[in-house]
Amino acid sequence: MLQYRTAALAGFGTQCWWGGIKVMVLAAFYGGASMAGTPMSLTQAITYSWLSQGLLVLVPWLGDPEVAQAVRTGAVAYDRLRPVDAYALWFARSAGWIAARVLPRVALMAAFAAVALPLVGLGDWAWKPPASFAAAIAFLASSVLALLLSTSMVMLLNIAATAALNERGINALAGPVVIVFSGNLLPLMLLPNAWQTALLLQPFAGVVDIPARIYFGLMSGWQAMAGLGLQSFWIVVLVVFGRMAMQRTMRRLEVQGG
Amino acid sequence: MGSLRLLMRLVAASLSGQARYPASALMLTTGQFLGTGIEVIAVWALFHRFGEVQGWQLGEVALFYGLVNCMFAVADALGRGFDTLGTEFLRTGAFDRLLLRPRPVALQLMGHDFRISRAGRLLQGALVLVFATVQANIAWTPAAIGIALFALAGGAALFLGILVLQGTLSFWTVESLEIANVLTYGGVQAAQYPLALYAQWFRRVLTFIVPLACVAYYPALAILGKPDPLGAPAWMGLVSPLAGFVFLAAAFGVWRFGLRHYASTGS
Repeated sequence: MLQYRTAALAGFGTQCWWGGIKVMVLAAFYGGASMAGTPMSLTQAITYSWLSQGLLVLVPWLGDPEVAQAVRTGAVAYDRLRPVDAYALWFARSAGWIAARVLPRVALMAAFAAVALPLVGLGDWAWKPPASFAAAIAFLASSVLALLLSTSMVMLLNIAATAALNERGINALAGPVVIVFSGNLLPLMLLPNAWQTALLLQPFAGVVDIPARIYFGLMSGWQAMAGLGLQSFWIVVLVVFGRMAMQRTMRRLEVQGG
Repeated sequence: MGSLRLLMRLVAASLSGQARYPASALMLTTGQFLGTGIEVIAVWALFHRFGEVQGWQLGEVALFYGLVNCMFAVADALGRGFDTLGTEFLRTGAFDRLLLRPRPVALQLMGHDFRISRAGRLLQGALVLVFATVQANIAWTPAAIGIALFALAGGAALFLGILVLQGTLSFWTVESLEIANVLTYGGVQAAQYPLALYAQWFRRVLTFIVPLACVAYYPALAILGKPDPLGAPAWMGLVSPLAGFVFLAAAFGVWRFGLRHYASTGS
C-alpha cells in the first residue's frame, strides 16, 4: 500500500469526487419531491454514499490479479504442490489483498467526509456517525462478514479466471452486476419498492447494503441478527460452491509453460 | 501521405489486429455496453422514486446522458494511446522509436490503439438518445441536428484534450495516474445531469476550467428549446461547443511543452 502512495492517493481523490457528485445529485432529487414514502432520509442517503465509497474495494468486481497471473505463467503449479488446501490458501491471500486496500481507504474517506467536510462548513454533506453504540458494534461484525462474503465471491472469479485462463472478460462482465446489486451504485432501498424483498435476499446485498442498514439502525435487534445470519448463509453457500468448482477446475487444469 | 490518411491507416491496422480475436473483442464490447449502462439504472431508479428533479423530466436528462456518452466514446476510442503512454511507451523506452519517425507523435499515439470495444458505450449512448427523443418529444429539425453534431464534435475534442493532458502528465510521473479518471469518467458522470443541479462553485469549474457544460448542457438546452434556469442567453448553446476545441488546442500546447522536456529513460 505505502509503496504505491501516489497511486493510492490518486484513487482516493477519484473516490471523493465520485462521492461528491453522488451527494449533489441526491440532494437535488430530495430537494424537490414530496418526501412521503422515501425509505431513507437525505442525511442517511448521503452517509450511505460516503460509506459505500469507502467500502468500494470491498465490492468484488475483480479477481485477485496475483492468482490470474499465476495461472497465466504456470506458477499455479507451485500452489498445487503445497501441502495445504489450495482453496484455503487462495482464500486467505485474497482476503488479505482486499483488507489491505479497504482499511486505509475507509480511514481516509472518514477523515475527508466526517472530519474535513464539517470543518469547511459543508456539515450538511458530511458522513454522520452510526445510529447508536449497539448499531456501531453490529456494523463492525457485519463488516467482517462482508469482507468474508466479498472474498468468497472473489474466489469464484479467481476460479472462473483459472478455467478460462484469462480474467479480463470475466471481470468486465462481473463488474456491472456487482455494482448494482451490492448497493454501491445507489442504496438498494431507493430502487423500486416492488423489488425490495428480492434485492435484500440476493447475496450481493451482504457486501455493502446490509452493513449500511445496520449502521443506520434501519435494521436493529432481531432484524440485525437476521441480516448477519443472511450474510453468513451466503458465505457458507458460496464457499461450498467455490470448493466444488475449484476441485473440478483444478482436475482439468493444464499448466502452461514451465 | 497526408496526416488524416495516415491516421486512417493506423486505425485500420489497430482494428484489424483486434478483429483477430473476435470473441475477446465481442466480450469487451459487451462489457463496455453493460458497464456504462449501469449508470442508466441509477438515473432511471431515482426518477422512478422521485418523479422529477427541480423541474427536469427523465427524457430531458436522458438527452444529456446520451450526448455525453457518445462524445466520450469517440474520444476514448481515439485517445487511448495517451493513456497507455506511461506504462507502454515511456517505461519501456519504446517512445524513442515514435520520436524517430518523421510524423507527429500525437498522431501515432492516436492510431496506435483504436479500441473496438468503445462501440459498446457509443451504442448505449445512441440508444439513450433514441429514448430521450421519444420521451421528451424532441423535434430533430436540421438546426437541432446541426447543434447536436457540433456539440458532439466539441465534446469529443474536449475529452480528447483531457486524455492528451493525462498523457502529458506521464512525461513526469511515468505512471498513468488514476487521478485523470476524475476528469474522464468523472466528467462523464458530472455532465450527464443538468448543470443547474450542482452547487455554484462546481458549475463554475464545469464551465470555465473544464468546459463540460459548454459541450453538453448549453447545446442540450438549445435542442430542447428550454430556457436556462440560471439565466444564460439562448444563443449560448450555438457557440459554446467551441470551448471544447479551445481546450483541445490548449492541451496540445501543454503536450508540446512536455515533449520538449522529455528525457528518455534510456532503457
